[in-house]
Amino acid sequence: MDPRVPSLELVEPVCAGERRAIARMLSRAEAAGPEAREALDLLYRRTGRAHVVGITGVPGSGKSTLVSKLVAALLESGRKAGIIAVDPSSPYSGGSILGDRIRMGEISSHPSVFVRSMATHGALGGLARGTLEAVDILDAAGYDMVIIETVGVGQDEVDVVRATHTTVVVSAPGLGDDIQAIKAGILEIADVHAVSKGDKPESDRTVSELKSMLGLGLPATGLRRAVPVIKTCSPRGEGVAELLAAIDAHRQYLVTSGEYEGRRQSIRERRMLKAAEQVLHDEFERHRQGRMADLLAELSGASISPHTAARRLLAHIGMEVTR
Amino acid sequence: MSDIIRVMIAKVGLDGHDRGVKIVARTLRDAGMDVIYTGLHRTPEEVVDAAVQEDVDVLGISILSGAHMTLFPKMLKLLEARDAEDILLIGGGVMPDEEAAALKAMGVKEILLQDTPPETIVTTIRRLVAERGPK
Repeated sequence: MDPRVPSLELVEPVCAGERRAIARMLSRAEAAGPEAREALDLLYRRTGRAHVVGITGVPGSGKSTLVSKLVAALLESGRKAGIIAVDPSSPYSGGSILGDRIRMGEISSHPSVFVRSMATHGALGGLARGTLEAVDILDAAGYDMVIIETVGVGQDEVDVVRATHTTVVVSAPGLGDDIQAIKAGILEIADVHAVSKGDKPESDRTVSELKSMLGLGLPATGLRRAVPVIKTCSPRGEGVAELLAAIDAHRQYLVTSGEYEGRRQSIRERRMLKAAEQVLHDEFERHRQGRMADLLAELSGASISPHTAARRLLAHIGMEVTR
Repeated sequence: MSDIIRVMIAKVGLDGHDRGVKIVARTLRDAGMDVIYTGLHRTPEEVVDAAVQEDVDVLGISILSGAHMTLFPKMLKLLEARDAEDILLIGGGVMPDEEAAALKAMGVKEILLQDTPPETIVTTIRRLVAERGPK
């Protein structure tokens, strides 16, 4: 393929499912250059069919291995799967080692599967810049389920839930007591819980702790749906079919309860705000050597506060803030 | 278009010696590149499929099993068949100089032999990507 093929010429081949075109379009989305903007806008109009599923959990909890088994089950049901696997970038060099493919072995070469690794490149929240546009591309290319595997998260990286229809939180057994399970954050966002490494004896305890936490929460949060907790053991393939069934059932629930459109609308809102932040950020970067340097000099003399400097920076790019 | 170079590092066939590739992966990461590692015992088809999906700039294959004169030509053919000749194939390992020259004549962009210092791997990759131009 010609390295300089225009992004607009990739739109139709992407929608026809051509892998080389999909791959190149994903690179253009990740680079986020202005050349790709129009093509991405056209592709966005062709989205809306895929079930977008987030898989999140602490590092080493078994996300990649579970995803590969889940995809194998999905293939058996005759569906196509796109996977975006996010791994962290080094805060020092900016480079990364993306190793999620190691666990995905044979399935990643299946003609109905497309796996793409992405580095966070400084983005927080468990996703990478460009992840959601990558979802659009795979959706438009006809993948029935698009799975986002987040970086290994801590307790607070909940961006994935604001970007997906169904969020699966993977918990590994033996990582803390039942108070961990009632803390705020990552465990709250699950539409489906998976407890990995089900061959370990502690896994049953983790399952029962999660279940009792969910039992406590039901009346207070007004949840209309019990969140399933599924024990999985990927090497033995145990719990995988149940997990896929629970993911499918959640989408069905969203549709029948009428929550689906609401969730999609909140994803759109979130994306608009995120994109606006990004546009502003890029705009600031353009003034790094100019106005921003002047303001920094004033700041170092302590003649103005950071807040005042921020207002002046905004005023400089034509955004007078009155309040 | 992005300045971050994407490299896939892979081992193919029956070759379990992965200490070298791990050091190379780490070196490239520290040079600011995104490095995709596929793990051990991949088939040439799996590796080329993965390189296409990942749209890497450079595909680096480590072969220490002695099968390089079979595997590299096969990988070149697979890249061609997938309209992916713009992915730059480079090799690392131990082989006679004349075989390295023969592989380069076939289309392997560079062969880095056993005494290559880590910085040379980084500069070689940067040079090859710069010669190809932006994508």
